[in-house]
Amino acid sequence: MIRHLLSAGDLSLEDATLVLDTADEMARLTEGRAVKKLPTLRGRTVVNLFFEDSTRTRTSFELAAKRLSADVVNFSAKGSSLSKGESLKDTALTLEAMGADGVVVRHSSSGAPYRLATSGWINACVVNAGDGTHEHPTQALLDAFTMRRHLGELAGKKIVIVGDVLHSRVARSNVLLLATLGAKVTLVAPPTLLPNGVDAWPCATSYDLDDALAGADAVMMLRVQNERMNAAFFPSAREYSRRYGLDSRRQALMPPEALVLHPGPMNRGMEITAEVADSARSVIVEQVTNGVYVRMAVLYLMLAGTNTTEEA
Amino acid sequence: MTPILIQNARVLGGDPQDILIDDGVIVALGAGLRPEGEHSSVDATGLIALPGLVDLHTHLREPGREDAETVETGTKAAARGGFTAVHAMANTDPVADTAGVVEQVWRLGREAGHADVRPVGAVTIGLKGERLAELGAMAESAAGVRVFSDDGLCVHDAQLMRRALEYVKAFDGVIAQHAQEPRLTEGAQMNEGELSGRLGLRGWPCVAEEAIVARDVLLAAHVGSRVHICHLSTKGSVEIVRLAKERGLPVTAEVTPHHLLLTDELVAGYDPRYKVNPPLRTAEDVAALREALADGTIDIVATDHAPHPVEAKDCEWDAAAFGMLGLETALSVVQHTMVDTGLLDWAGVADRLSFAPARIGRCDTGDVPHGRPVAAGEPANLTLVDPSTTTTIDPSTSASLSRNTPYEGMKLPGTVVATFLRGRPTHSITAGTTGGHA
Repeated sequence: MIRHLLSAGDLSLEDATLVLDTADEMARLTEGRAVKKLPTLRGRTVVNLFFEDSTRTRTSFELAAKRLSADVVNFSAKGSSLSKGESLKDTALTLEAMGADGVVVRHSSSGAPYRLATSGWINACVVNAGDGTHEHPTQALLDAFTMRRHLGELAGKKIVIVGDVLHSRVARSNVLLLATLGAKVTLVAPPTLLPNGVDAWPCATSYDLDDALAGADAVMMLRVQNERMNAAFFPSAREYSRRYGLDSRRQALMPPEALVLHPGPMNRGMEITAEVADSARSVIVEQVTNGVYVRMAVLYLMLAGTNTTEEA
Repeated sequence: MTPILIQNARVLGGDPQDILIDDGVIVALGAGLRPEGEHSSVDATGLIALPGLVDLHTHLREPGREDAETVETGTKAAARGGFTAVHAMANTDPVADTAGVVEQVWRLGREAGHADVRPVGAVTIGLKGERLAELGAMAESAAGVRVFSDDGLCVHDAQLMRRALEYVKAFDGVIAQHAQEPRLTEGAQMNEGELSGRLGLRGWPCVAEEAIVARDVLLAAHVGSRVHICHLSTKGSVEIVRLAKERGLPVTAEVTPHHLLLTDELVAGYDPRYKVNPPLRTAEDVAALREALADGTIDIVATDHAPHPVEAKDCEWDAAAFGMLGLETALSVVQHTMVDTGLLDWAGVADRLSFAPARIGRCDTGDVPHGRPVAAGEPANLTLVDPSTTTTIDPSTSASLSRNTPYEGMKLPGTVVATFLRGRPTHSITAGTTGGHA
């Protein structure tokens, strides 16, 4: 298993499968049980280093670490030295001095976890919990885990990812991971919200959502961030919703067993209607539950045993 | 000052000759010179003699950011790199937008004595791009400013750029443009391309440079004034400048050493040492820039020496400052990319790094001229280079106050063995000295 999880692209098919299988095991060991705690990471210290607000992701990681009996420390930007301008390097040196074994980092700057892991500031394992517009590998893992539970092995499955791909770390990680798992991914977005060079990514692209939905095994809607609304990426929220929103009419174009996913938080009525979000095909709430199992698996595989001194 | 006899130097890469310097002037040039009287000798066998290098684009940071660089340390680095004159960019604090500030920088250079400092004046007050600075006052000051630039920022208002170009005609000035269309580069972090999309870093598209280059050469042609394009970085910019020159338009252009060598692929590791403005581009752009420098489409190499304190680079990519050191490594990079590849001979290097930048900056005439031929009667501004050695770049040995070099650990050819400013050694690592010191 890799020493740091910085990009979904770091995971080989073997690694990714191991994480997903381990997450299955974590689910089996804790689902429906009154006592969900395992002793696996007792004595290990996991630091949630969140330079950017994200209650959902932080809580998910915190819960995952606690279910493995790790000691968990939450470092948030608000009200800490981080909000007083302390640098990433100084924060890392502090965590190192405190004996952190694993650092889960969320940062608004793309590549910040990479710097943390490779600059020699810290020896702890680093898990990227979302960096700028770069990647969010555990989100991709939980998405894959959720889809695998419903669809079986993902090789050959058609996955459609819709929306603001340009600014989406979720989309980047999903494209890489799903390609590794053998799925066929199609990105659907207006041309302004597709990244430069997307042609070189291991996926197809389309501007036409109606066309892409036919034959889809799963459709993943991405959140449209409010600041994009007035930044000329598209003319209006209404036009975006009409062309790229998932509503009942479009849902009817999908095969009956196809899944609907969303990384949350959702703009109901914008990229997805409430009717679709709450439909029987939606696995959006389940994604949140599965996030804990996947993060337990990641922390377990990275921190248990003696692998902390191995090189990536 | 005791006369100095430099023996067996290959002037501009030609056959070995002796150079006799007395009282700051080259008094004789030829084979087997035997001066009478006391003098010191320098054995320059195997060394190339070049005219003292002239940098049209240096950031000395003083006043205001003396933690990054001072005129003293920056010019010392310049001397080590073989430069005898540097043009100090105006984005200091306070901005060099008045006669007072440019004179201060000029005097600091004189006092330090390592290289002549030619201040660049800001085009607009405070680099704000709103109102013209007192360009005439700066031109008439003791600093004698001839190059004006808001470098770091683009003069993006077309009307203001037109007025600036027109106004400096009165004193034969030149506007050095940092070509960057601001709206197209909001938040830009690296070259826009497949890699920026993959890394999640906002892209800096080539067209943001090319649109301004195209506009400004047309403006310069319209008003009949000189425009100089700073740090060209794209193949498209090269094509525009080539087309403009074919039409006889009054445009000159520079390329930095790092844009001749490094590509955007280096950004993949998020190492802020590679963060620079304009950004590192593709291998195709690098090839076009080299070709353009060789054929004269690009007139000069300019370092864009941009020192930053450690904390400005030892951080995450977004938070890091743009810029890298350049003075001490420029000649090595040029030898590596242009000479050793057969694209340029040493006479060409002398042109691109001394004659042409001095001509563009109008410091090839006057009281303290630079970029003059290595000939009898000319000021003894000289650089001796050993092209046969290879150096592993170690930033800890830099004369600069800063350490932000992208070449750390890289093996580069060529060593600047000695630099003479009006006959006085400002840098020397030669051991081949007899009868005195150099």
